[in-house]
Amino acid sequence: MIEDFFLRALAGGIGAAFAAGPVGCFVVWRNLAYFGTALAHAVLLGVALGFLLDIAPILAVFAICLLLALCLVLLERQRYISVDALLGVLAHAVFAAGLVVVAFMERLRVDLIGYLFGDILAVGIFDLWLIFATAAIVIAALAWQWRNLLSITVNRDLAAVEGVPVERVRLLLLFLLAAVIAVGMKIVGMLLVVALVIVPAAAARRMATTPEQMAVASTAIGIASIVAGLFGSLEWDIPAGPAIVLVASAIFALSLLIPVRGRAGRAD
Amino acid sequence: MSPPSSSESARTPPLVEARGVCVRFGRLNVLDNVDIVVRAGEIMTLIGLNGAGKSTLIRVILGIVKPDSGEVRRAPGLRIGYSPQHLHRDQILPMTVRRFLTLGAPAPPAKLATVLDEVGADSIVDFPLAEISGGELQRVLLARALLREPGLLVLDEPLAGVDVTSQGDLYNLIASIRDRYGCAVILVSHDLHLVMAATDTVVCLNRHVCCSGRPQSVVRHPEFISLFGPQLSDTLAVYQHMHDHRHDALGEPVPADSGAAQDVRRAGRHP
Repeated sequence: MIEDFFLRALAGGIGAAFAAGPVGCFVVWRNLAYFGTALAHAVLLGVALGFLLDIAPILAVFAICLLLALCLVLLERQRYISVDALLGVLAHAVFAAGLVVVAFMERLRVDLIGYLFGDILAVGIFDLWLIFATAAIVIAALAWQWRNLLSITVNRDLAAVEGVPVERVRLLLLFLLAAVIAVGMKIVGMLLVVALVIVPAAAARRMATTPEQMAVASTAIGIASIVAGLFGSLEWDIPAGPAIVLVASAIFALSLLIPVRGRAGRAD
Repeated sequence: MSPPSSSESARTPPLVEARGVCVRFGRLNVLDNVDIVVRAGEIMTLIGLNGAGKSTLIRVILGIVKPDSGEVRRAPGLRIGYSPQHLHRDQILPMTVRRFLTLGAPAPPAKLATVLDEVGADSIVDFPLAEISGGELQRVLLARALLREPGLLVLDEPLAGVDVTSQGDLYNLIASIRDRYGCAVILVSHDLHLVMAATDTVVCLNRHVCCSGRPQSVVRHPEFISLFGPQLSDTLAVYQHMHDHRHDALGEPVPADSGAAQDVRRAGRHP
């Protein structure tokens, strides 16, 4: 018989997939994977600060991810160091800071593995509320700014000339990514959370001919990966987070068999 | 800068007017005290070597880059159509040419069809954006700019990636668009031969404005010769003599100004 904790895990995973699906598309379209990785590295510091300040760890993770996203946007404006190098520095600095703070806290040390690799089977009612609220906000924000987001994805200057508030839309996208990372880390852990965001999106590419189709397909693949991964982990007694990412990766590999739809009827 | 000298300049109010624009990237002065005035119906071409600040000046005019000093005034309600120098395309984004064209603003099908026909891109409208050729992309970018019904068309290197045989066609297309839409055009181009054939005003940029004026006078300017060499100056001057007319603000051909040499306006400080 299916236990309650398993149903909560399923619901939490599906909720996270709803948020991660469309955001993941923008991450692969705009090459933001490095951004996502940097945000994920801040998770540990968030958890530690949450314990220190006695607030729910997932809320602290939220706060620290949003703060880091804001820092990255501000630091991006300087011209002295490339964004990639900057992300590398910041990501590992916040990760190291997280490890140092954790080392001072006896109680937290045992849970470290859970944050690194996720603990989907421990998803509680409060987590579920937070995951579904996040998913609803993310989807509503994407729908509201969809045209502007696509516009800056294709070309920022063109979007700016056409009246899109480029900086604000970009900040919104990074905030949404930070929110997805914060809830996704509960599902598959900080080491694999970026995979939860980009693998379904990448797998959806060959199934879509419009950006909207790709966002929907990405969400569907994310949900399928969560469900198959969880049942797989139950069946063969393997860790749930890695199982979910493996299923998504397998779908990606299979998607490469779908032929590319190019400019039909025209010889190049 | 001296006051506008030709009678044409006095007739039409400026669409964009930049005064004393300076842009610094770190310690490098990319633009140094640049003045530029664009008037309705005028085709202006920015020329200059790589790193002369052409694209930066374009971005200042568009309002994307804020100058460190100086001011830029745009006519109230001015709509700008822009074709960027580079458009990064990636297979990972599923998007047809049609979707790209309507991304800036929804366009009624009839209007879309007219513009596509005009730029000669109607046959590729349902192809993936990532798979069209460089020349086709230039036409598509032009179409997206035209769909905005611009008062000013800004084209950064519109001939880049276009094969030599189609360059003339595309240039004629740009010139005819000015006539049909009555918009002003700012071009950045490397191809001086094509520039000289259809431009009202040439601005030669080397971080400051070296010289500006009608094409036939600019090629005789000492700073132009020192930048591009006397040989090119001669070639282009000869080329110009074969063109005995230019276009007025409405695109009508008018006899070339015999006193063109006096039209050269110097601007900016010279280091």
